[in-house]
Amino acid sequence: MKKPYRIAIIDYQMSNMFSVRNAINLMGFESKVVSKHSEILDSDGVILPGVGSFPEAMRIIKKLGLDVSIKEFIDTGKPFLGICLGFQLLFQSSNEIEKSSGLGILKGKVVKFANNNMKILVPHVGWNAIDKNLEVDKIILNSSDPLRNVKNGDYFYFVHSYYACPEDLNIIKTRTQYGEYEFCSSILKDNIFACQFHPEKSGDSGLQVFKDMFN
Amino acid sequence: MSLALRIIPRLDIKGPNVVKGVHLEGLRVLGKPESFAKFYYESGADELFYQDVVASLFGRNSLKDIISKTAKEIFIPLTVGGGIRNINDISNILHAGADKVSINTFAIQNPKLISSASNIFGSSTIVISIEAIKQSDGKYSAFTDNGRNPTGRDVVEWAREVEQLGAGEISLTCVDKEGAGKGFDLALAREVIDSVRIPVVIHGGAGSVQHVVDLAKDSSISGVAISSLFHYDYIVHNKDLSGHESEGNRDFLKSNKTPSSIQSSSINNLKLSLLEKNILCRKYEKAL
Repeated sequence: MKKPYRIAIIDYQMSNMFSVRNAINLMGFESKVVSKHSEILDSDGVILPGVGSFPEAMRIIKKLGLDVSIKEFIDTGKPFLGICLGFQLLFQSSNEIEKSSGLGILKGKVVKFANNNMKILVPHVGWNAIDKNLEVDKIILNSSDPLRNVKNGDYFYFVHSYYACPEDLNIIKTRTQYGEYEFCSSILKDNIFACQFHPEKSGDSGLQVFKDMFN
Repeated sequence: MSLALRIIPRLDIKGPNVVKGVHLEGLRVLGKPESFAKFYYESGADELFYQDVVASLFGRNSLKDIISKTAKEIFIPLTVGGGIRNINDISNILHAGADKVSINTFAIQNPKLISSASNIFGSSTIVISIEAIKQSDGKYSAFTDNGRNPTGRDVVEWAREVEQLGAGEISLTCVDKEGAGKGFDLALAREVIDSVRIPVVIHGGAGSVQHVVDLAKDSSISGVAISSLFHYDYIVHNKDLSGHESEGNRDFLKSNKTPSSIQSSSINNLKLSLLEKNILCRKYEKAL
């Protein structure tokens, strides 16, 4: 019998890892909530979840030395999943509260939805559809695409006021429309898949993403 | 494309049971919260709302168990309200597995709770529940404890204040319409939605699919919280109606009747009707 996949969910005191862990367990994986370097590097896959403020998250990540562990893990080529704030932290900087540096694994910045015309509510909270970027779909081998079983236009659950702007448009996996915005709702680059939406709160479509990410 | 209208089954919970009353009074026992939650999740609910209907009166806070059990099986957002007094209570509810908390009584008594809670947990986690009752002058007043206690606060003014204080969402109950199945108070919904820039979820009055369509067509609601309409559909489809304990009035269950004012509907049927009227909502197809 195949050894169960061991997934490390990184704990940096910024989120409730309960739902992510429940989802991962339901999909038949073994999971562990970790914050030690060796535990992260030893696992078969890593999830960086996160809810909360970008500067505070980076402060804790650096204090715990998790920035080094995350980068080293990504270099191994094993699957890495970033969710919500865990997606935004991968970029170079954010202007949340104050301008602050992120992990810088992906080029680009994180900015706030401006709401000058009052047409949209901020934060963007609720179910919205994803639009798959077809050009990326051509490049990426179908068997490693975590959204391969998710249909274009499927709904996912979002809760955020900031969105990421990747410099390299080719890594954009999906876009999502909100008012006049068409923001990047997920990226796929080599072994990194990261999404603004919460797969752990997106019903069956979300569970499917976890399943296909680590299978 | 934009946000889908959130269809939110609301479970009023007393002790270990789902209950339902008229105007939030005269409670009937309907069954186990976990069974209802699972059924609604699998039927395409966008979110769930648990309200502990007695916690605020008797200081009872026994929801934690039910929340953790729910969070193991249900992968949509869960909002929990009832008897939440302070930061510690919020922290406990969130750690049990809820995604948002809904506060009424203790937010009105101590509005600073809203700002400190939204600073600590993020505003999208803090829902303020407002129970509105129409007064003889045509204005709406905010009440607490299931419409029993007047606060003297004007609903629209209070809604604006909670937004200023950092609330991420308002859950608005029209107590006069709640459980009656005669439709929503459209004027109340419109008035509150037009006064704030945060999402408003409307609760109280759905007796048919048409009532929900009327509400969604009339104003830009973010969500609608529904009890009776779905509960009676659940009862029709689930023969196992055993609650945990014989708490409350269970005669209703044995009679196997649904009230004549409620034309029950499944979540899917409601969504199909909304989509037919070009109201955006999340179509649900089983993926796994």
